Amino acid sequence: MLEVSGLKKEFQPLSGPPVTAIGDVSFRVEARQFVSIVGPSGCGKSTLLQCVAGLMRPTAGTVVLDGREVTGPPEGLILLFQEYNKSLMAWRTVLGNVCFGLENKAGLARADREAEARHYIGLVGLGGFEHQYPWELSGGMQQRVAIARALACKPQVLLMDEPFGALDALTRIELEDTLLRLWESLRSTILFVTHDIEEAVYLSDRVYVLSRRPSRMIEDTAVDLPRPRNQLASREDTRFIKLRRHTFELISKEMAQI
Amino acid sequence: MSWKDSRWTGVAVIVLLGLLWEVAGRAGWVHKLLFPPLSVILAKLFEIVASGEILQHLGVSLWRATLGYTLAATFAIALGIVMGYWRRAYDACEITIELLRAVPPPAVIPLAMVFLGIGDALKVFMIFFACSFPILVNTIDGVRSVEPVLIRTARTFGLSRLRIVWKVILPVAAPTIMTGLRIATAIALILTVISEMVGATSGIGYFILGSQRTLHIANMYAGMLVLALTGYAINRAFLYVDGYLMAWHKGLTRREQ
Amino acid sequence: MRRIPWSGLAVLAACLLAWEAWAYWRRDLAAYFPPASEVLVTLGQMLGSGELTGHVAATMKRFAEGYFLAAVLAVGAGLCLGLWRWLYNAFEPLIELLRPMPSPATIPIAILFLGIGDEMKVAVTIYACSWPILLNTLDGVRSVDRVLFATAATFRLSPWARFWKVVLPAASPQIVTGLRVSLAIALILVTTSEMVVSNDGLGYYVLESQRTFQMPQMYAAVVALGVIGYALNRLFLMIDGWVMAWHKGATRREN
Repeated sequence: MLEVSGLKKEFQPLSGPPVTAIGDVSFRVEARQFVSIVGPSGCGKSTLLQCVAGLMRPTAGTVVLDGREVTGPPEGLILLFQEYNKSLMAWRTVLGNVCFGLENKAGLARADREAEARHYIGLVGLGGFEHQYPWELSGGMQQRVAIARALACKPQVLLMDEPFGALDALTRIELEDTLLRLWESLRSTILFVTHDIEEAVYLSDRVYVLSRRPSRMIEDTAVDLPRPRNQLASREDTRFIKLRRHTFELISKEMAQI
Repeated sequence: MSWKDSRWTGVAVIVLLGLLWEVAGRAGWVHKLLFPPLSVILAKLFEIVASGEILQHLGVSLWRATLGYTLAATFAIALGIVMGYWRRAYDACEITIELLRAVPPPAVIPLAMVFLGIGDALKVFMIFFACSFPILVNTIDGVRSVEPVLIRTARTFGLSRLRIVWKVILPVAAPTIMTGLRIATAIALILTVISEMVGATSGIGYFILGSQRTLHIANMYAGMLVLALTGYAINRAFLYVDGYLMAWHKGLTRREQ
Repeated sequence: MRRIPWSGLAVLAACLLAWEAWAYWRRDLAAYFPPASEVLVTLGQMLGSGELTGHVAATMKRFAEGYFLAAVLAVGAGLCLGLWRWLYNAFEPLIELLRPMPSPATIPIAILFLGIGDEMKVAVTIYACSWPILLNTLDGVRSVDRVLFATAATFRLSPWARFWKVVLPAASPQIVTGLRVSLAIALILVTTSEMVVSNDGLGYYVLESQRTFQMPQMYAAVVALGVIGYALNRLFLMIDGWVMAWHKGATRREN
């Protein structure tokens, strides 16, 4: 469904030789899967997502979505940014923000758009906050607005760039479960980047591990924990612990080499 | 790098305009009186600089500007600290200051003339008056933006009020104050020119207006050029000093971005 | 509702009373320094008799034309320069060259080309006002966060939609700042040009009253200008507070 082959991305700094962020990354994501990508800091996870989202041109390699090569932001794919507070429009209310993506789609009358938006606002648990401005909401709520905004467009593929990284632990747990719930009912494909190994294992069907820069895919593991996941039960499961340890050791080894 | 990205495009534009000016003047496309060719203007510029004529006027103007500016800075920063730090002082002074600020400075000139005549005192006062406001406003803003946590930290360490102002408030407020000071340099020049046009017998503003009135057009353009270069030089000098004094702030804001 | 600063009003009243007292004490200076009460009475008289109306109208007409034309031109130019890199590169050195020249210095050249009528005054005002508006608009557009651009891209907005729905609203606080700053500048340039060469307008009237030693009238006109400046500013702040309510909230949160 989503196929990345031989992806490479180099950057040219102001002075000196080019920096290779992504060395050679290849992977596949099947439809409706929840896949996480983890890796040491600075290994180019965000860059990878930007390339897959068509926002950046790779130096080499291809990204193919449903048989078509990605050269610009493709239809049916939306990227959710790490800095959600900068991504939301401060001049629009929650309702306005969630309607934003829908306005681009032809053939939807204003009333229909708003109805759709309200539906998704309710799905992320922000019912009643439609007329608030982003600055009036907490970080977690802002992130939910961003998620609702993306989901309202019913993307086939959702890319998420460390969406819960800036949130406190309890909010993060809540949003993890909200996300899983949404994913299960909407059946999109999700490519989830995080630095939190436990989060990756908890959420995903598969976990991909990236090496340090210049990054390559060094591991691709299936997560054979049963669904629906549970914050306590799943995390106490021996399979969880084993996978967590294994992934942790992999990444530690990578980081030790930096 | 395509021509779209190059910085030299802009320089090329200026050179092109300069050439156009020259040709238009010589070819008679425009009235020779209104638009002397650029070379004539530059020759005139050289002449008045060499003879010291323009430098004399410029010197007088800069002297007035510097005096007025320094007085404004001293007064406004002091008052700004007081008003920024003590809410009571702010409440007491704010309305009066707002009303004074609303009067366009040129309108104050005839008023000031009554008391100060048309000499240097008038110009210095006008510059002082106009420059005080941006410096004051920015100082108040800067002082107010000091994190209460920082002040509390200082007090925990037993610093006296005065030392807190000197060691905590001023450094934190400094970048904002510098912004006010920078704005005020432009205002100082503007008011210098205005006050010299409304009532004076010397100074660069007087020179430019006088040249126009006596139809020494090339002189007029030359004077404007000198003024533009002066403004540019002052601005660059300020940025240099600012960059040096506020180096810590530049690094901090760059990091945050 | 803002709390009423009683101490501020008290200080203002005290200043006025001091003025009044000093003027009465130094009656010998009455020629130069009429008491506040006399000034206000004169102002009332002039307004009533319509003596000032013509001058106020002349000044306001020049102000309005200069300011609004500058707004349209400079916002447009600022948007263009901000959006198209090559345009910015082409004009940036020229801007840096012209920018440090104090705008009143254009009055003589404007007189040369446009005479001593309204066109000259409006032209000078447009020139002066354009700078803060242009520079602030430019800055506003260029400082739109990269993430907002990326968001517009991932939602596949057309260039027009991106401009209208993202760039313009995001830049609007800065644009408004430029518009606010040039409000004062417009009044300054109109007044100055009226003083340098004119036969009507408040700026002319202030200078002329001073020359003909009609002191109360001069003071009254200065007060009138102050009131106009204050009113314009408050009007602007009111509209600003209404249109940009979202921004006020957002910045308040950050502080």
